[in-house]
Order: sequence, then C-alpha cells, then structure tokens
Amino acid sequence: MSGHILYCHCAYARVVPIETKAAVLEGLTRADVEFDAVPDLCEMAARRDPRLEELASGAPLRIAACYPRAVQWLFASAGANISDGRAVILNMRTDSAEQVLQGILGSANPGENGGGPDQ
Amino acid sequence: MTRPAPRALRVVVTNGRTDLGRRLETVRALLEKGYSVSCIRSAESAPTTSDPTVIIGPEDIARTDPSALLAIADKAREEHGLPQAGAWKPWFPVIDYQRCTNCMQCLSFCLFDVYGVSSDGKIQVRNQSNCKTECPACSRVCPEVAIMFPKYRHGPINGEEVKADDVRREAMKVDISALLGGDIYAALRDRSARAKSRFSKERDDERALKERQTCLVKLRQALDVPAEVLAALPTVDEIRAKAEAALARARQAAGTSSAS
Repeated sequence: MSGHILYCHCAYARVVPIETKAAVLEGLTRADVEFDAVPDLCEMAARRDPRLEELASGAPLRIAACYPRAVQWLFASAGANISDGRAVILNMRTDSAEQVLQGILGSANPGENGGGPDQ
Repeated sequence: MTRPAPRALRVVVTNGRTDLGRRLETVRALLEKGYSVSCIRSAESAPTTSDPTVIIGPEDIARTDPSALLAIADKAREEHGLPQAGAWKPWFPVIDYQRCTNCMQCLSFCLFDVYGVSSDGKIQVRNQSNCKTECPACSRVCPEVAIMFPKYRHGPINGEEVKADDVRREAMKVDISALLGGDIYAALRDRSARAKSRFSKERDDERALKERQTCLVKLRQALDVPAEVLAALPTVDEIRAKAEAALARARQAAGTSSAS
C-alpha cells in the first residue's frame, strides 16, 4: 500500500476515544512508517493552513481521523480537495484501533508501507 | 475567507534506533501542545519546507527528556513569533456542499455573523471564531442536513453519513417563515407591537420573566444551545437589526446566484 499517512490527534476535544487515539499513534510509531501527525485538522482548516493543500495535492492520503464526510469538507473549507477518491479516511470515532491500523498500514508487514513524509 | 494563514512551527522526528516509549511520549506531548509532527525514518527524507522547523534526532530522544524537547519547540515558536495553538477550541460549522442548496437559512439564522456570501453568491463560513462553542443550532435549521460540526457528539451533525430518516425529519420541519405568513420579520414586528399594547394593560414583569425563562429552556432543549450562548445573545433591537441585515444579504445573494 503506497501513499502518505496522516494522523489527526483531535487535541482540542474529547470526541475521539482517548484509548483509540493512543493505540493508533502507538501502532504507527511502532510500525516504523513515515507519517505526519497533526494536532487537530479542524484547527488547521479554520486557519486555512496551506499544509492541508500540500497534503491533498501530494501522494494519495490515508487519514486516521473522524467521519469521512467531515474530513473531506474540512479539507475543502481550507481550499484543499481530497474528494477525488484517492484519499482513504479511517474513522477513529467509530472504528477500533485495530481496524484503523489495518486500513492505514494494510499488510501484516507494516514496515513496507512508509510513504514519503512530504511532497 | 481571505485572511492569510499564520505559519506554524513544524517538528520533524527521525525514528532511528530509539526507545519506542520515549519517542511515542515525545510525539504525543508535541501534539497535545499543538505542534504538527513529521515522523521520518532518516534525516535524508526530511521535508523541505519554508516553515520554521525543529528537527529532533534519535540522539535527542535518547538523551533528552520529552518535556525538555517540548520546551525547545516552545522556545523556537516564541523566537519566530508564532502564536500558541490551543487557545481556541476549533468549533465552527463545516458545509457539505454536496447537500447545500444555498438557501441561506443559516445566514439568516446565525446572530453571530459566522456566515457570509462569496462574490459569486455562495454561502460560506467566513468568521469561524465568532461561532459559539458547543452551539450547533444553525445545523438544526438547515433543511438539507448540510451543516456539520465535526466535534459535536451526535450524528449526522458530527459528519456521520446522512440517513434517509435524517432527511425525512428535516422535511417535516415547518418553515417558520411560511407559517408566519411569508415575512417573519414583519410578523415579529406586528407581534411586538401587539405585545406592547397588551403589556401596557396587563404588565406583569414577574410573569414575563417566567415565560421568557420557559421559552429559553425550550429553545435550549430543542436546538441543544448551551445556556452560555443564550445568555450572550444580543438585545432584541440588536437581534432585529442583525436579522434584517442578514435577510437583506441573503436576498441579495439569492438574486446574485439566480442571475448568474
């Protein structure tokens, strides 16, 4: 599985279960893959962080965050388009950490999944 | 939404052969403090960016306490004059333009000037920081279930996929404007005038206060509006002025979009 991994820590609210966030972050760190971790996609979208556009226009994204509809339109509100079907969005509000990590890392050998950290 | 985005400090953590626990603790501490972190395998793949960047290598993680590394990031942020993140809970509406029909009800409804209209007559969220934390009321008046608050507790306002039941529920909402004879503001003015003459005859401040409180409780329950937001509402005259201005903007925008 190729692409760029993006993890949202949803730092300013308690809507994503803490244990899920912790397990996903640990899983990514343990897997020795390259990834971008951001404190809060909502906060970035609100200040139209140009980083969102950089991420959207680069390698296909695999995003660990919340509801795909919310994530897609958060990016759009910052002028970044991820609705072209290339982004995979995993929902840490509803899915287990295992499901999210499986969706992000894919295979049983996560060491092969590191995408470049930047464009 | 034309304000320039302030730059942000980026932190790059190279994996190397470091203690997993310390690396994880460092990354988590940085995220909690509002820093974006790029975790890379080696310094060769460090991102090229014009943003101010702090690079934390395996040796730093091995030798330095996570809190001390956080202090280094804080110092770099201050040196670059960058704002500290986390001062504001990012609570604001996000529009699903696949559902939005540009009806402008949100623009007319919001008393805090969160919404605006683009030059081509399209509704947009313009002043995110004006939005009242935990208040999702505008999403409840949206007839198309097109307004999300990603940090809200329940669906579909939190961004959950909209189900047929949600749409049906919205369709059942009575259009207040139609109910009041087409012009809600004229109706409100009439009602206010009638109330004034009635109150002059049977003025009862205590009863009025009780009725108002009952009304506010119902509003709070129906729209899930926090009490603090209701307490911060503008005066009746201000609301009327804002509502009329919003209505004029909405009508003008509707005219612009239908003409284009």
